[in-house]
Amino acid sequence: MKILSKIYVGVIFLFLYAPLVVLVVFSFNESKSRNTWTGFSLKWYEKLLSDTEILHALVNTLIIAAVSAIIATIIGTMAAIGITKMKKWPKKVVMNVNKLPMVNPEIVTGVSLMLLFVFAYNSIGILRPGLVTLILSHTTFCLPYVVLSVLPKLRQMNPHLYEAAQDLGCHPFKAFVKVVLPDIMPGIITGMTMAFTLSLDDFVISYFTSGTTQTLPIAIYSMTRRIVSPEINALSTILFVVVLLLLLVINFRQINELKDKKS
Amino acid sequence: MKLKPSAIYIIWMTLFTLIPMALVLYFAFTNPMGKFTLDNIINVGRYSSIFLKSIWLGALSTIICLLIGYPLAYMISKVNTKYQNIMVMLIMLPMWMNFLLRTYAWMTILENNGIINNILSSIGIAPLSLINTSGAVVLGMVYNFLPYMILPIYSIIVKIDKKIIEAAQDLGAGKRKVFSKILLPLSIPGIISGITMVFVPAVSTFIISKMLGGGSNILIGDLIEMQFLGNSYNPHLGSAISLVLMILILISIGIMNRFDRSSINEDYMSHH
Amino acid sequence: MKKLGEKLLKKKFIMSFISIFFVILLILLGISLAFKNSSSNNITLNVYNWGEYIADGTDGTLNVNEEFTKQTGIRINYSTFQSNEALYAKMQSGGTKYDVIIPSDYMISKMINQGMLRELNYNNIPNFSFIDDTFKNSNYDPENKYSVPYTFGTVGIFYNKKMVQENEDSISFNILWDKKYTGKILMFDNPRDAFAIAQIRLGLSVNSDNVNDWYRSAEELKKQKPLVQSYVMDQIFDKMGNNEAAIAPYYSGDAPLLMKRNPDIGFVIPKDGTTKFVDAMCIPKDSEHPEAAEAYINFMCRPDIAIENIKYIGYSSPESIVKENLDPEVKNSKICYPDEETLNNAQTFTSLTNEINSLIDDLWVSVKTDGDNNNPFALVLVILMFVLLYLLAVIYQKKKS
Repeated sequence: MKILSKIYVGVIFLFLYAPLVVLVVFSFNESKSRNTWTGFSLKWYEKLLSDTEILHALVNTLIIAAVSAIIATIIGTMAAIGITKMKKWPKKVVMNVNKLPMVNPEIVTGVSLMLLFVFAYNSIGILRPGLVTLILSHTTFCLPYVVLSVLPKLRQMNPHLYEAAQDLGCHPFKAFVKVVLPDIMPGIITGMTMAFTLSLDDFVISYFTSGTTQTLPIAIYSMTRRIVSPEINALSTILFVVVLLLLLVINFRQINELKDKKS
Repeated sequence: MKLKPSAIYIIWMTLFTLIPMALVLYFAFTNPMGKFTLDNIINVGRYSSIFLKSIWLGALSTIICLLIGYPLAYMISKVNTKYQNIMVMLIMLPMWMNFLLRTYAWMTILENNGIINNILSSIGIAPLSLINTSGAVVLGMVYNFLPYMILPIYSIIVKIDKKIIEAAQDLGAGKRKVFSKILLPLSIPGIISGITMVFVPAVSTFIISKMLGGGSNILIGDLIEMQFLGNSYNPHLGSAISLVLMILILISIGIMNRFDRSSINEDYMSHH
Repeated sequence: MKKLGEKLLKKKFIMSFISIFFVILLILLGISLAFKNSSSNNITLNVYNWGEYIADGTDGTLNVNEEFTKQTGIRINYSTFQSNEALYAKMQSGGTKYDVIIPSDYMISKMINQGMLRELNYNNIPNFSFIDDTFKNSNYDPENKYSVPYTFGTVGIFYNKKMVQENEDSISFNILWDKKYTGKILMFDNPRDAFAIAQIRLGLSVNSDNVNDWYRSAEELKKQKPLVQSYVMDQIFDKMGNNEAAIAPYYSGDAPLLMKRNPDIGFVIPKDGTTKFVDAMCIPKDSEHPEAAEAYINFMCRPDIAIENIKYIGYSSPESIVKENLDPEVKNSKICYPDEETLNNAQTFTSLTNEINSLIDDLWVSVKTDGDNNNPFALVLVILMFVLLYLLAVIYQKKKS
């Protein structure tokens, strides 16, 4: 039974990782072919690094992800604080609206935002699709996740602490920074990382709201529709290695801390 | 008047969630002249086969995800806590690679001259036609959305008190009984959120079908894209199709929520 | 005591996590801003072109856009589209700010009619004089106020010599309906080109204003659908290049590039007629930098640049001086520069009425979804079923509690 379940886990992981292995292996392929190995080469990496189109798209993607993650975190945290203080009915309404971007199919969100921006541009002449509209739409679909990761932390908090700090003469804002913020910090961080990664990876919503601005997923999409160059594979390999390293660093810290705790 | 901390949020959500939805509604019920019409909604009926196909393929891949994902989530919850984190990370890791790239890699694997067929022909088996079929589309969906099924189920199962299971075993319940009477009912919230998290994106995808389905397997997502940025520009019809899709999905989420009220609401997030 | 230690550790971890996160964020922002600033002191032109339609430095060719930036300091934001219809949709969906677009003839006349294009100032495009007279004042832009021809070509059939037994002379569009090649045929993923093939086969005009003609061609395309592997545009490079498919109709200009990639591939312009097209550079009405855009168009017409560009993309140039400077085997090739007879035999697309256009859109979707049962009541039934399920769930829940 044990062996069977090990095989099962192994097969699933093979399924999950097979495409990644293919992408990585063929990034080192000499020829353009996607399925015949002709020899080792690093030329696609060199090409990638001199491809200004892709590098600009990468820069756009990072700007959008960073800015919208920060905005979403600030607004979302404030919202969560406000929501905990709300009465039953307003709270229910707000929570349902909050769910909307999460349960709505991405394509519908994308299309509806596109209609909004085009309407705004055609009628008032603002919000021409581009970097700004991308940031606005990414913030919009990240917000609910921030709210939902901060809310439980606020609920676990002892409400009297904040009042006690104020009773002891602390300025409300200072009391918030000193008492509330440290307690809900894990939630804020989860929300922010979530927002950052969601924004980095988003294609569908960007596709409809980008105007002429290119983000990395959009550039990748148009690459897959032309003569496909192994540059794509090189790019995915680099991205994958970066993410892997980041996660390893974080995870090793966690494991070390677990060990520290035990000893 | 003192500004409430959630004021900006409420304004933001109104501007960028509610008003856009209202615009979809407006476009769905008007013609290009801006006059009220029901034509768009009626015309959606002409594409019912696409709806049926999308729902069918989406449902199929959701079921496959559940059948594959549940045992895996259960096995992960059984291993040593130290390895659990690593395994969860390993499941999430592929999601960090752009999904267009991952789907594209499947093209390389499934093609007529692709990796699978190359292996098959080298051991003397006739090549299979794998790509450009609905099967390939389902595979793409399962591949892309499987983690969304595993993670919520895992996070519920791992929280189930081991003592309850032990108690049941002490009272003489067999493995099957423990599963059907305790494990399964207790993990329903995870299953429900897994199902919604797989079904919604699967039904509305527009890339997977394009890349693996060969362009003749068009789904609702492709149809909507065609109306807005594709070969037949008609945002009014596109909005009407989006509206019907949205209603279908809201109803199916409603059904799911009836079985477990705590899915997709704030409690779900606290499981993480 | 242990609890306190744990809490401290947790806090320490969180704090270090935050600091790492913010440091990364700041570095990223810094890099991005530096990147932006380096190019923000000048204009950026948004150029929207077909895929694989410019020399981009691959295989040692000239990178045309980079060269333009080098010479003028104007940065190019280059993106690509798949079909005239997709270009039109992107422009119509509003808010886009393209400065140079390259549609085909019939789309140009449609855009002119809808007031989407800007009149060019030909004083800024002196190199327009290099364009051959036969390409000036064409019927899509009779007074030649809006467009500068970029390339021209015809539609023909790509076939894999190892998979197709017919000899070159006997290949016509009929081969796309040959059951022998089921699953090996690729087809245009844009309505106008796809319908044209069916219309030529039926002996109809590709610009027919007779509704029945369009229905008839749609029927032909539906008959063809079971044989089609997939509907594609530039993916044919990939699929034909990797021997995934045997036959595909596509533009003549892509023949040199594709035949170089895969020597097994042949290209033939069908004897029974085909379509020809001219793609021309235009400036959309709402371009923010028309002068810079005109400079770009002028640059593209400059013979030395055009020669390098045409050498790579393989399409036929409307400038004789460019043609003269190409390799003899290209210049004399019947593929790129077909003889009078072939050209006279080929039809040109013209702009259609709105009614026909929306009919085509409908028919195109119906072609692509053919073979399924398209009963409107099926959808109503599904929605009712969903509602019913919902009600059942409510009842189930009520009973339980």
